[in-house]
Amino acid sequence: MTNDTVIETDGLGRRYGRRWALSECTLSVPAGRVVGLVGPNGAGKTTLLRLAVGLLRPTAGTVRVLGDRPAAGPAQLGRVGFVAQEAPVYPNLSVADHLRLGAWLNERWDRGLAERRAARLGLDPHRRAGRLSGGQRAQLALTLAVAKRPELLVLDEPAAGLDPLARREFLEEIAGVAAEQGVSVVLSSHLVPDLERVCDALIVLVASRVRLAGTVETLRRDAGSRSLEDLVVDHLTPDRPASDRPVPGALPADAEREGRS
Amino acid sequence: MIRFTWRQFRVPAVAAAGALLVLAAFALVTGPDLARSWSATLTACGRAGDCPSATAAFARTDGVLAAALGTLVSLVPALVGAFWGAPAVARELEGGTLPLVWTQSVTRGRWMLVRLGVVGAATALATALLSLAVTWWAAPLDRAGATRYATFAQRDVVPVGHALFAFALGVTAGLLVRRTVPAMAVTLVAFTAVRVVTAFGLRPRLVAPEQHALALDPGSTGLGSAASPSLLLNGWFNGGPSSALDPATPPMPDAWILSTRVVDGGGHALTDAVLDATCPAVMARDGAPPAVPGHVPVAQDAREAFQACVSRIGATYHEVVTFQPSGRYWTLQWLEAGLFTGAALLLAAFCVWWIRRV
Repeated sequence: MTNDTVIETDGLGRRYGRRWALSECTLSVPAGRVVGLVGPNGAGKTTLLRLAVGLLRPTAGTVRVLGDRPAAGPAQLGRVGFVAQEAPVYPNLSVADHLRLGAWLNERWDRGLAERRAARLGLDPHRRAGRLSGGQRAQLALTLAVAKRPELLVLDEPAAGLDPLARREFLEEIAGVAAEQGVSVVLSSHLVPDLERVCDALIVLVASRVRLAGTVETLRRDAGSRSLEDLVVDHLTPDRPASDRPVPGALPADAEREGRS
Repeated sequence: MIRFTWRQFRVPAVAAAGALLVLAAFALVTGPDLARSWSATLTACGRAGDCPSATAAFARTDGVLAAALGTLVSLVPALVGAFWGAPAVARELEGGTLPLVWTQSVTRGRWMLVRLGVVGAATALATALLSLAVTWWAAPLDRAGATRYATFAQRDVVPVGHALFAFALGVTAGLLVRRTVPAMAVTLVAFTAVRVVTAFGLRPRLVAPEQHALALDPGSTGLGSAASPSLLLNGWFNGGPSSALDPATPPMPDAWILSTRVVDGGGHALTDAVLDATCPAVMARDGAPPAVPGHVPVAQDAREAFQACVSRIGATYHEVVTFQPSGRYWTLQWLEAGLFTGAALLLAAFCVWWIRRV
């Protein structure tokens, strides 16, 4: 484990009853980047992210986040922000209540940041969260995750239910947060164009295995005349020969820094 | 975390506080009158020299209201379990909000602990105040009625223990069933079952009951007894009548009579077969009349025949009354309240352990 990785898994697996939602997953996610996790439904993306934020305990293997066990304690929880699928909020609590919730439950809560964000995004403090639009709800959930000043932001299909305009606004917010606060971001999606818009690195996960990993720039170069999406789709077919698989988590540190600057 | 739990719990807490205020106001307005009327009754009956019938009559005043308030006290723990306990975790599971609250900087174990602590404290406070108000209001009626064990679960400290247990049971059900409405149903059914087993099976045995042996009295012994759910349950747990012969119980103010049995010198219970053999003429009569004087008018010869029968039985059999004396009331109150509180703490510990494990 080095400072260059935010999530590192080794043989990670999680079973529900008899079904393995994730098995033998070994990967590392680099720090200081916006990393997109792509894969078909059932690839284990949500399970992986839930394991990484400590909502689930592993059945097999290990996962380390920022050098520690996920949800190991209040300090570790404070270093990781999370927005779950569908961006759940308390429908009966107002926007202001949610910001208070954030302040009460997080030591490192940045009240100014939360209020500025809410105001900028037009979130009416008195409105009940249950009456917000899908886009506003996602923005509220993101505000909660961002204002706790995490070092790592984990977003599980954050834009899945949103209309195209709301989705674009939301993704731009994520890009903005990553740029302004220097926070590492991992977000999952099955929409490659969405990820291409905000991510600077991609990990393609198929049936718990890393099929392809690299910075968006290198991947674009590899794709040549084809689109990045075509390249990713090529790797989604489950029966690809093993030799074509890149080394899991192969994101050369040098290339990453190059891409960043 | 405490403030957040309070924010989520504010509406039900305020509703409960409002209901308590209404009840307290009612008790404060009508209670002093009831107490004055009780002391007036005592003074009057002392002068007239017939206190037993006067107190019995007084115990029946406000009977419906007293029964309603008592029922309320025994229902509230079940309601707390279903409406405060069951949704505590199940509603968050259903609403999908656990990923939100569990990824703030508060560990799940603490989240569960604070939730149990805050709502559990509210439960204890609310039921203690409710029980206090009703116990205080009904004190003159209870003294007149002299059946303190009849309202055992509706007065003093036992309702608090019941409510804490019901709340912890509700939280546990919500955690395991994972859906609010089924968890509420499970809580109500399980709590009712525990209450019934406790009232009829456990409570009488918390301290070994006492026994009182006496001769059968032909003048007050009857046949058969009215069937009611509580009599049937009591018979099931504590031994019902072994024969149709139903001796009257001697007056034992404020004692809790568990069973009244007819046994011979060796402790064997009287059976209907022995009864039939001893008094064939009496038992052959269809629907034999109750011999207790003053009830249904009974032909003189039938009554005499029956009393002769009881005398013949009484030659070898006697009556044994098993009971908890009045003086044990507080011992049993604290024991039962303590047991239920202990069970609540065990369930709470299980909830915390379970939530950390998932």
